Amino acid sequence: MVVPKTLGVETEYGIVLRGTDEPNPISASSLLINSYLMVREPRSQPRVSWDFEDESPARDARGETPLHALAPEIETHLVNAVLTNGARYYVDHAHPEYSTPECADARSVLIHDRAGEQILIESMDAAKSMLADGQEIVVYKNNSDGKGNSYGCHENYLMDRSTPFGQIVQHAISHFVTRQIYIGAGKVGTELPGMNRDEVTFQLTQRADFFEEQVGLETTLKRPIINTRDEPHADARKYRRLHVIAGDANMSEVSTYLKVGVTAIVLGMIEHDAISKTFTFADPVRAMQQVSHDLTLKQPLDLDDGTRIRAIDVQQSLFDDAQRFIDEHGTDSVGGPVALDVMERWGRTLELLRSDPMELADTLDWVAKYRLLEAYRERHGLSWSDARLAAMDIQYHDMRPGRSLARKLGLQTIVTDEEVFAARTDPPEDTRAYFRGECLRKWGDHIVAANWDSLVFDVGVDPLRRIPMMEPTRGTRQHVGTVLEECNTPLELLERLNG
Amino acid sequence: MAEREQKKRSGQSQETDAVEELPATSESGEKLKADMDDLLDEIDEVLETNAEDFVKSYIQKGGQ
Repeated sequence: MVVPKTLGVETEYGIVLRGTDEPNPISASSLLINSYLMVREPRSQPRVSWDFEDESPARDARGETPLHALAPEIETHLVNAVLTNGARYYVDHAHPEYSTPECADARSVLIHDRAGEQILIESMDAAKSMLADGQEIVVYKNNSDGKGNSYGCHENYLMDRSTPFGQIVQHAISHFVTRQIYIGAGKVGTELPGMNRDEVTFQLTQRADFFEEQVGLETTLKRPIINTRDEPHADARKYRRLHVIAGDANMSEVSTYLKVGVTAIVLGMIEHDAISKTFTFADPVRAMQQVSHDLTLKQPLDLDDGTRIRAIDVQQSLFDDAQRFIDEHGTDSVGGPVALDVMERWGRTLELLRSDPMELADTLDWVAKYRLLEAYRERHGLSWSDARLAAMDIQYHDMRPGRSLARKLGLQTIVTDEEVFAARTDPPEDTRAYFRGECLRKWGDHIVAANWDSLVFDVGVDPLRRIPMMEPTRGTRQHVGTVLEECNTPLELLERLNG
Repeated sequence: MAEREQKKRSGQSQETDAVEELPATSESGEKLKADMDDLLDEIDEVLETNAEDFVKSYIQKGGQ
């Protein structure tokens, strides 16, 4: 079965409440999100809340839940809103979190990830009037506080249920370990337990230090490279959702685009059994950290057959396979025409990483950050352990436009401001997010709950009516646009859909 | 350790040479360099005033 790679990204932002001695990140996150909802989406508050009916984050893709595995908690009492663009905006683990709607390709994900940033920026502004004088909420799109605490940027990909999970694990690990060379957001120092912070001056990723297992269910402790949460938010007989926790939150558009675009192609190849070489690392967790700590990109990694290979050579092998795969199967299941652009950028990025990574200083996060810090370090004659560099590392991810060092660098862009601006309120037209978003826009007053795979309507008569949306590729504009336009009331819509 | 080796690979001139060899990117490379100088000039104004306190107080609860 060919499963289109419907995909999305969820980002937990770092949050700081300035101007108080006792900041509470949970109440600050709630205040931030509620301020936005009151100003921008008054119709979504307080009625449309998240529906937890189908949530089962403890279900394990390996078919059994190990006794020692801790099921993620669902925090149902915290603010949890669905927006007219189909996204979810909520408080999770003491952080504001933004989940993009389901998208059909990497370009669409990028637009909606950037729209999420914009929503966080507007939230900070909206929160100002709710705070005491001298207080300010600031959010950071990063994944670490530099003190051993991490929060995630997760990716989600729709996959064919019939692909054996072991096959996914085998190839996805080698991709996740080696893609760090272009998706890393960069970090000063290390938080690896037992390692002195100064032993690593600068590394490629924010997250590598936090992985302890190859495969597992947890996301907050003993983080695994492959997360086994089996919660498809779709027809479970046909689909699985690969929940990827081994990535950084990116400020660079190109990094985000490559992160999701290349991964969609690699997962498509896994489904088609189109990967020619199997790279099994002797110690995948250690390999993850080795790749992140090696700015030369030249250190070979131990394979379990006793040979060694560099991360960039694994990526090159995947790239060569991908070219053959697309020649043979086309791009329909891996992002359509966008996949061709992803291929071109992927190939070019690997070439430049091989010849001189610093050429990518206006393109990739870790290179941009490294170059900036190195220039500042040289100008002021600082050692790598100077607090000013650690401060700049954090400030690279500051979401305030005037303060964000990433934005000041003027990194290459792929999408336009107009597209990002529109995506603050408009859903993608080519997934079921269109149905969710348009129903909320049109009949928000009649929707009592929403989640990824259903909407619950209160039409005034009868019991509440639930509309299941188990097919992520249905409910598109092409599919339901006319029906939504022609119906004047939610009751009419329900009758049309049932009839 | 490799991460120690990388400290030595600063070499401004090496970067300039590489930029000149690749005409397609030399313009953006030059622009980057100029921008970097400008950025470094203005950066002290936007940087957190007390870096040490800022870094110390940036504490997050662990998440996913």
